[in-house]
Amino acid sequence: MSNVNEFKPKIVAFCCNWCSYAGADLAGTNRLSYPADVKIIRVPCSCRVNPMFILRAFQRGADGVILCGCHPGDCHYTTGNYYARRRMTLLFSMLDFLGIEKERTRVEWVSAAEGAKFAATMNDFVATVTALGENKRLEDLRCKE
Amino acid sequence: MQGMMLNRAKELLGNGTVNRVLGWQAGEFVYDITPAIFESAEELDANFVYNAFCGNNLSKYLIKETLKDGKVLVFLKPCDTYSFNQLLTEHRIDREKVYVIGIPCDGKTSGEVLKSKGMTGITGIREEGEEFVVETIYGDEKIAKADALEERCLTCKSKKHVAYDELIGEDGEVLDSHRFDMVAQLEAMTPDERFAFWRSQLSKCIRCNACRNVCPACSCEKCVFDNPNSGISQKAAADSFEENMFHIIRAFHVAGRCTDCGECSRVCPQNIPLHLLNRKFIKDINELYGDYQAGAEVGTRAPLTNFTKGDVEPSIVYHREGK
Amino acid sequence: MQKIGVFVCWCGSNIAQTVDVQAVSDALAKEPGVVYSTNYQYMCSEAGQNLIKDAVKEYGLTGVVICSCSPRMHEATFRKAVASVGLNPYMLEVANIREQCSWIHKDKAVGTEKAIIMGRAAIAKVMLNTPLQAGESPVTKRALVIGGGIAGIQTALDIAEAGFDVDIVEKNPTIGGKMTQIDKTFPTLDCAACILTPKMVDCAQNEKIHIYSYSEVAEVKGFVGNFSVKINKKARYVDENKCTGCGECTTKCPMKNVPNEFNLGMDNRRAIYIPFAQAVPKVATIDPNYCNMLKNGKCGLCAKVCGAGAIDYKQKDQIVEEKYGAIVVATGYNPIKLDKFDEFGYSLSKDVISSLEFERLTNAAGPTSGTLLRPSDGKHPHTIVFVQCVGSRDTSGCGKPYCSKICCMYTAKHAMLTREKYPDTDVYVFYIDVRSPGKNYDEFYRRAVEQYGVHYIKGMVGKVAPRADGKILVQASDLLAGDQLHIEADLVVLAAAIEPDKTARPLATMLTASMDTNDFFTEAHAKLRPVESPTAGIFLSGACQGPKDIPDTVSQASAAAAKVIGLLVKDKLTTNPCTAQPNEMMCNGCSSCEKVCPYGAITYVDKEFRMPDRTTRVRRVASVNPAVCQGCGACTVACPSGAMDLKGFSNSQIMAEVDAICQM
Repeated sequence: MSNVNEFKPKIVAFCCNWCSYAGADLAGTNRLSYPADVKIIRVPCSCRVNPMFILRAFQRGADGVILCGCHPGDCHYTTGNYYARRRMTLLFSMLDFLGIEKERTRVEWVSAAEGAKFAATMNDFVATVTALGENKRLEDLRCKE
Repeated sequence: MQGMMLNRAKELLGNGTVNRVLGWQAGEFVYDITPAIFESAEELDANFVYNAFCGNNLSKYLIKETLKDGKVLVFLKPCDTYSFNQLLTEHRIDREKVYVIGIPCDGKTSGEVLKSKGMTGITGIREEGEEFVVETIYGDEKIAKADALEERCLTCKSKKHVAYDELIGEDGEVLDSHRFDMVAQLEAMTPDERFAFWRSQLSKCIRCNACRNVCPACSCEKCVFDNPNSGISQKAAADSFEENMFHIIRAFHVAGRCTDCGECSRVCPQNIPLHLLNRKFIKDINELYGDYQAGAEVGTRAPLTNFTKGDVEPSIVYHREGK
Repeated sequence: MQKIGVFVCWCGSNIAQTVDVQAVSDALAKEPGVVYSTNYQYMCSEAGQNLIKDAVKEYGLTGVVICSCSPRMHEATFRKAVASVGLNPYMLEVANIREQCSWIHKDKAVGTEKAIIMGRAAIAKVMLNTPLQAGESPVTKRALVIGGGIAGIQTALDIAEAGFDVDIVEKNPTIGGKMTQIDKTFPTLDCAACILTPKMVDCAQNEKIHIYSYSEVAEVKGFVGNFSVKINKKARYVDENKCTGCGECTTKCPMKNVPNEFNLGMDNRRAIYIPFAQAVPKVATIDPNYCNMLKNGKCGLCAKVCGAGAIDYKQKDQIVEEKYGAIVVATGYNPIKLDKFDEFGYSLSKDVISSLEFERLTNAAGPTSGTLLRPSDGKHPHTIVFVQCVGSRDTSGCGKPYCSKICCMYTAKHAMLTREKYPDTDVYVFYIDVRSPGKNYDEFYRRAVEQYGVHYIKGMVGKVAPRADGKILVQASDLLAGDQLHIEADLVVLAAAIEPDKTARPLATMLTASMDTNDFFTEAHAKLRPVESPTAGIFLSGACQGPKDIPDTVSQASAAAAKVIGLLVKDKLTTNPCTAQPNEMMCNGCSSCEKVCPYGAITYVDKEFRMPDRTTRVRRVASVNPAVCQGCGACTVACPSGAMDLKGFSNSQIMAEVDAICQM
């Protein structure tokens, strides 16, 4: 049974409407469970996700943020995920440069057919973030010593 | 050099090529240099200066200047020309309204650096070979340039002008001056050490916005930090979010567009090495997507508005350095 | 002040089993802005929809949140319902508490808690929703078909049949394409010309169809329903309107030694020529590379013999600009060049030929008037070797990785026809696999083997070596028998892979249509939208999309026509209202958004703005064409100032969702 004091992370998952959101639906249809800590925000395309959204989530207390989109080459809008890929690579690298645990951010490509992958990805991500514990660093970045 | 520039400026004003000059003038102290507009030979004679304190990158001022009527003469140091090109690429400057004179630069210093070396009562500065001769009320003092240059000049990326209508003096070369060494040092630290480093640095920030205001890439019509609809506005530190994220977002906004001119760190009153954030992006871009120098040419596609199908996955961040 | 209504669906027991729907609707009723909150067994049912409609009317709801199944399932249903009672359909959000909550969580407490948070996020978003109107754009009721082969012809005829004007642009002097060069067609063996040329004539006679022959597309602007296309009519130095096609000039022209491309260079034509007897339009064309008059001003014989006075040496290329609602690409294919395949000796002997050359050698209108003769000495060949898959299914980089699809069947046809006409001929076919799916196809192939005695040998040809005595030595392996074979052949026919026409790639760039690595046009969906390009208003017909035989090509051509007709019958197109929109006051004019837009929906305009000091200032600002924008949002992130936002998924809406999720 779950411990009352057990840490439950807050996870925000941005999912593109065409592949990953449909993949999440498929996970549901197939009753593939993953922790309820994951809350999905539907966006038209992974390229809609502004790094500011991710930072905002962290600032509001999210412990992990994951972005899911169509596999490169399969973007509904043909090129959106290529831009998302570059943006997220650089953002994650910068967070890492600032000493923020890089494992709190992730990008996964999940197609509409990959319900199982979606559930597995979320299970793995929640486990990773749970192991890291509460996200203090980003909030603390400018705290006075 | 100042004399040659002054003469040429007066000539171009006189023959009507330009109707004003964008240059530098001294403030209350000789090392308090500010950008200034000169509209006549008299004004130039009275206030125009060019010396080792003139670090200010004048290119950003051209956005406003080229909205006005007539043509403006501007003096650009090699590193400033990169910002100039980048602004042209982004359609921020009307090239037709600018006459660019490229001027050489052997590196700049600042009152702050000299004072930290124990000099006081500074009244002027001259360059003699590899030394600065600092004029003070107590007499001349000499200091090796290597000991007095600003960090960005010690790691100067280029002595070559990438844009100009005419040059005064000789043009130089693009340099390989190990400007990424400090970024690499930080990368080599553990995440905890990096976190400690940045926490100690960024916690000094007083959100004066000087870095943003001086940055040639931060020239938005309306900055997202001033826009109530952006979700990250608020000028005062009413919300810790803005304070925490300001520098990350700013660095991301200029990623791929930042020419690494170093103005942000120069103007920071708290001496936060802000340029290292930008350099981190430049280093990543170079390593992941191929060498790219913003402003080296006009019209290039910035790395973040571009892609290749074989780009690395974001997960590369987890695998790098094995940490 | 917003008045939000919340409707929690049980979905029978699908949701209610693991989510306490009463607790959810009670919790959400307490959210600021919510004036009504309820739950019901089936929200999507008529009774459920009426519940929503009544609440909208009764409480004057300004926004609706449905906690139910995936919005991919019923968002449209609910939008329609609220629209029917006067609420803007985009003032509705769906919280997906079935697929993304009740179905994946077994613990009711956990599921209920999550459903409440998801509801809160939807409420937070809907509070910031703005009424959106689907845009409209007019449709030019005219189609352009690029390429006048059988694909283009069929598409054009079908579109014209439905009553719409259609133009065919064909780069060659005549329409007809590859099919004009083919002798007979599998699996029925009817003569290609007999079934094709009537269709060509139909095109010429149909008053809805205009043929731009000897013309190419030079520029494409616009978007679905509103394309503007520049067509370059190349100078043919003959006035099309005056030329009667009598052919007198083509018999008098002194330049007799011009390689005839219609017969693949196996015979000659004149410098002024009509490609073949049934050409459409039947108009002469002067080849400027060979005409003496055009090259050095001496001759002028054709002008002298032309009774119609149609010859015009001063004719220039002419650009015609036309407007279209839809564009069909039908640029077709070509056999690959065989020079690279040294092992097959194509460049070493005239008697090693391609399959298309074989077609000409057996065609009554061909260089040998249909008698099968060796190109080298004009003698009848007694042993013929057909080699399949030359450059197809080739991953070495020399050829093409894909199967060219048509070769198995036409080779069976060639072998069969040869054996029928010349029973004394030995015919060998070397194959990797024989691929004959299709109606009556396998039967056809088996007839070649069983009734006509064609020697089908599974194995690849290793080397083709012409000998001094005129024989061609073919070394091959028989994989089934495990033998090495040495055949002394008189004629070797190579089934060359086919590839997209060279004009396809530059055309794709003009159309902003996507292509695969082999330069075949990509379809919008491989299974469900096979005749549409991902770019709206661009349709695909025939082999430009992938290797196809004639029946497949014609099917796809008609399918593309049906899609075009479906577009052209509309007077106006409704456009997705969730498009990008720049705040002009904040736009820097930096072009970042324009660079990442996959649809070319963003342009820049210089616009005058009144400044606070009452002066005016001209600024360069982004402008989004809502008819072209598909709403991906790439531009919104590329924009450094945040001037670009996406309707329906705005920055503030997404941030409100983030906040609501992270709140607790």
